[in-house]
Amino acid sequence: MRRGLSPTWLGFYAVVYLLFLYAPVILLPLFAFNDATIIAFPLSGFTTEWFEVLWTTDALHSAVRNSAVVASITAVVSTLLGACVARASARYRFPAQKGILGFIMLPLVLPEIILAVALIVMMMQLGLSLSLWTVIAGHILICTPFSIAILSSAFAGLDQSLEEASFDLGESRAGTFRRITLPLVMPGIISSLLICFTISLDEFIIAFFLTGTDVTLPVYIWSQLRFPTKLPSIMALGTILFVLSIALLVLAEMFRRRAARRQGQGASATEGFA
Amino acid sequence: MSVFKPIIELRDVRKSFGTFEALKGINATIEEGEFFSLLGPSGCGKTTLLRMIAGFEPPTGGDIIIDGKSMDGISANRRPTNMVFQSYAIFPHLSVADNVGYGLKTKKLPKAEIKREVDKALSMVDLVGYGNRAAHELSGGQRQRVALARALVMRPKVILLDEPLSALDKKLRDQMQMELRDLQKTLGITFILVTHDQEEALIMSDRIAVMFEGQIAQLATPEELYRRPATKRVASFIGVMNFLDAAATSHDAAGLTLDIAALGKVTLPASAIPPNVHPSQITKVGIRPEMLTLLFDHDDRAEKEITGEVVSSDYYGDMTYYSVQLPQLASPVTISMRNTAGRSIAAPGSPVRVGWGTESVVLFE
Amino acid sequence: MTRGLSRESRQGLTLIGLPFGFALIMLAAPLAMVITFSFWTQNYLDIDRTLTLANYQEVFSQPIYQTLLWRSLRISVIVTVVTVVLAFPIAYYLSFHVKRNKALWLFLITVPFWTSYLLRVFLWKVILGYNGVLNTALLEIGLIREPLTFILYNANAVVLTLAHAWAPFAILPIFVALEKIDRSLLEAAEDLGDGPFRRFWRITFPLAIPGVVAATLIVLIPTVGDFITPRLVGGTDGLMIANMIQIQFGKANNAPLGAALAVTSMVVVALISIAIYLVGRKIGGRVAR
Repeated sequence: MRRGLSPTWLGFYAVVYLLFLYAPVILLPLFAFNDATIIAFPLSGFTTEWFEVLWTTDALHSAVRNSAVVASITAVVSTLLGACVARASARYRFPAQKGILGFIMLPLVLPEIILAVALIVMMMQLGLSLSLWTVIAGHILICTPFSIAILSSAFAGLDQSLEEASFDLGESRAGTFRRITLPLVMPGIISSLLICFTISLDEFIIAFFLTGTDVTLPVYIWSQLRFPTKLPSIMALGTILFVLSIALLVLAEMFRRRAARRQGQGASATEGFA
Repeated sequence: MSVFKPIIELRDVRKSFGTFEALKGINATIEEGEFFSLLGPSGCGKTTLLRMIAGFEPPTGGDIIIDGKSMDGISANRRPTNMVFQSYAIFPHLSVADNVGYGLKTKKLPKAEIKREVDKALSMVDLVGYGNRAAHELSGGQRQRVALARALVMRPKVILLDEPLSALDKKLRDQMQMELRDLQKTLGITFILVTHDQEEALIMSDRIAVMFEGQIAQLATPEELYRRPATKRVASFIGVMNFLDAAATSHDAAGLTLDIAALGKVTLPASAIPPNVHPSQITKVGIRPEMLTLLFDHDDRAEKEITGEVVSSDYYGDMTYYSVQLPQLASPVTISMRNTAGRSIAAPGSPVRVGWGTESVVLFE
Repeated sequence: MTRGLSRESRQGLTLIGLPFGFALIMLAAPLAMVITFSFWTQNYLDIDRTLTLANYQEVFSQPIYQTLLWRSLRISVIVTVVTVVLAFPIAYYLSFHVKRNKALWLFLITVPFWTSYLLRVFLWKVILGYNGVLNTALLEIGLIREPLTFILYNANAVVLTLAHAWAPFAILPIFVALEKIDRSLLEAAEDLGDGPFRRFWRITFPLAIPGVVAATLIVLIPTVGDFITPRLVGGTDGLMIANMIQIQFGKANNAPLGAALAVTSMVVVALISIAIYLVGRKIGGRVAR
C-alpha cells in the first residue's frame, strides 16, 4: 500500500526535530554543573559551585527583585486589562469593536524594537526619566494581547444563559459575577497571570531600552555575557530560571484545563447522552 | 365555573433590533394557572417575547404587565418569573442541591430551610437523593429536571420554558411532556412554553399562540386551532391540510353556498365563516386528510361522495397516507386512513370512492 | 427609541475603555511621536524640531542602511520559510498521526521556548563555535578534519538560531488549522478517488492555508526587529537593521535617524505582511468562509 506521508518517516522526523529544539536546552544544565570555567566540551567534573556563586552576587539579587516586581505588576495589570477586553468582546457588540480589539492586539505583530523605540522616544519627549515603571508599561503592552488570547476562550466558553439563569433566580449583577462568572473563569485568570509573569520575566528588548539604573534579570544576564568568567554562573542562573518557568507553565496549563473542563460540562445539554 | 384572573398581559409589545422588527405589536392575556404555549417557526420572535417577559430584553414599545404590575424598568432578578433555559444552564461548578438552592441562598434563607425546600423541589421532579451529584454526572433528562426544580423552588407566579425538551431524544421527550403537564396541573403555576414543535404544543397546552414574523397569527385552544385555523399559514403549520379553490355563490340566512373545485356546490351554516372575513373574500377551502375517507366497501356511506384514482400511498404503520387524484384538480389530495384489521392497501391506479362531510370544511380568504 | 447607542454598546464600550485608553496612551501616542520624531534632526545634544525629510534622505541614500534593510528582510524571509517548512510536517504529524498524548507533544515542543531567550541564542553560539559542541563532535567521529567555520558569525547562524527560537510559534497555528479540518472531508476525497498525495494537495493543504499564513506572519514580523541574535551569532555580515536602530539610539546618539529607520522598517514589514495576508486570503479565501 502506498502512503503519502508515511507515519514512520514523519515520526522519525519529529524525533530529530525535537532533538534540534532541545539541543541548547540540554547544554544549559550540563554546563551549569560542569567543573570548568570555560563553556566547552569535554566536560570535566561535577560541581555546584556556580549555584553557590549566585547566592553571593548582590547585583544579581537586586536584578531578581526588580524582575519579580516588574513581572508581578505586569501580570496583574495585563490580566485585568485582558479580562476587560475578553469580557467585552465575548459578551457585547459595540461600534468599532473589531478596530478597537485589533488595535489592542497590535503589539503582538509589532516588532518589539519598534515598541521599545516608540516608548523611549515618548519618554524623551515628555522629559520623563527611565525607571522600572517604564519597563512595566512596555511589558503590559506586550502581555495584554496574550492575556486576551487566554481569557477570550474562557469568557467565550462561558454560556451566557448561566449568567442569565443566576439573574433570573434573583441574584444581582455583582452577585452573579461573584458566584457564577468569577469561579468559572478563575482558572483562566490564574493561567493568564502565570503566562504574563513568565513572559515579562524573560523579556529583554523592551527592558534593555527602557530600563534606567535598575536592571531586570535579562538585562543583567546580557551584561554578564561579555565576561567569560561569569558564564558558568549564568548557566546556573539560566537553569534555575528554566525550571521555574516550566513549573509556572505546568501550573498555568493545569488551571487552563480545569477551566475548560468546568465549562465543557456546562456547554452542551445533550452531553449526558454521549 | 372558576373565575379566571389574568396573570400576564401583553399590551402592544414591540421589539426592534436596528431596522429589524422582531415583534410587531403583541397583544395577549395569559390566565393564572394556564399552560400557555408560544408556537412558531424559528425566527418568529417567540423566544424574544419569552425573554422580554423574563426581563432579559427590554421592549422597544408597549407594556408587559405581570400580576397587575407593569414590568417596565424592572430587571429580571426582581420579576416573579423563573425560566427553564433551552441549554438548562445548570451551573457546572455547583452540585445539584446548590443549583436548586441558588436562588434561595440569594434570598439569604437559613440553611436548614434551604435544604428543606431543595429536597421538596427535588422530590417534585423525581430526583430524590441526587442532591450531592455534580452537574456533569447528570443525563440530559436529569439536567432538565434540575433546571425545573431550580425554577419551582422559587415559587414564581409564572415559569417560562424555552424549548425545554428540544435537546432530548424522542422517547424521553414524550415522557417529559406528560410529566411537565401533570406537574403544572398539580401545582397550578402558570407555565409559558416556547416551542417550534406543533405536536408538543397541542399535547401540552391549554391555549396556544401561533406566531409568524413577529405577530400572533392565532390564539386559541389546541382543538380550535386544529379544527378552525384562522389562516392558510396556520392551517399548514399545524398538521396537514388539503386546499381547494372555492368561491361563494350566494349568502343568506340559511347559510353560505360555495362552489368548490372537484367537490361541487355545498351549503354551509353561517357559523363556518371566519370572523372578519366577508363571504366574497373566500377563495379557498381546507379539509384535513383524516376528514376525507376512502370508502373501500360497497356499502360504506358518507354525507358526500366523489370518485377519484389512487396515485400513490405511503405506509406509516398505524396509518397509510394516500395521494388521490380528484377530477378537475391540478394536484392530488392527501387522505389518511387508519390501518384496521383485514384491510389491504389500495394499489396505485385503482379507482376509489372518497367520502367527506360539509362540517369538516374550513374556509379561508 | 433612538438613543444613539444601545445599552449593550455602552456597556461594551465602558468595559473596553480602560484597556483601550491604555493602548492609546502607551501605543498610539508613542507611535505617533516616533513618526513625528523621525522628521526632526539631531543637532549635537539638541533636537532640531524643524520638519524635514533629511533622515529619510539619509536612509535611502546611504548604502549601509539599504544593505542592512535588505539583509534584514532577506534573512527574515529565509528564516520564515525555513521555520514554516520545518514546522509543517511536525504539525501534520501531531494532528494526523499522534492519537494519544497530543497534549504531551505540544508541551514538549513549547518547553525549550521557555528557556531564557538570551541564553538560548548564546548556547547556539556554544554549539556552533570553532571549538563548539558540533565541531568537537564531528571531529571526534572523524566526519571532518578541520572545524567548520561557515556555521558561526554569519547569516547562516542567524537563520538557524531564529528558526529554532520561533519554532513553536510556527507549529501551533498550523496545528490548530489542521485540527479544525473535518476528517470526513478526507474520507470523502478518498471515496471520490483521490490517492494520499492528491488528497493532501487538494484538501488538507488548502484548508491549512490560514494556519500557514498566521505562522508566516507570526515568525516574519518579530524576526525583522530582532537584534540579539545578530549581535551574538551574526558577526559583522549578520548584523541587521535593528542593530543599527539600537546603535543610533545608543552610541551614535542620533535618535531621530534611529526613529526614521524604525519607521521605515515598520512600513516595509507592514506592507509585506498585508501582501502575505492578501495572498493567503486569495488562495485560502474560499476556505475561510
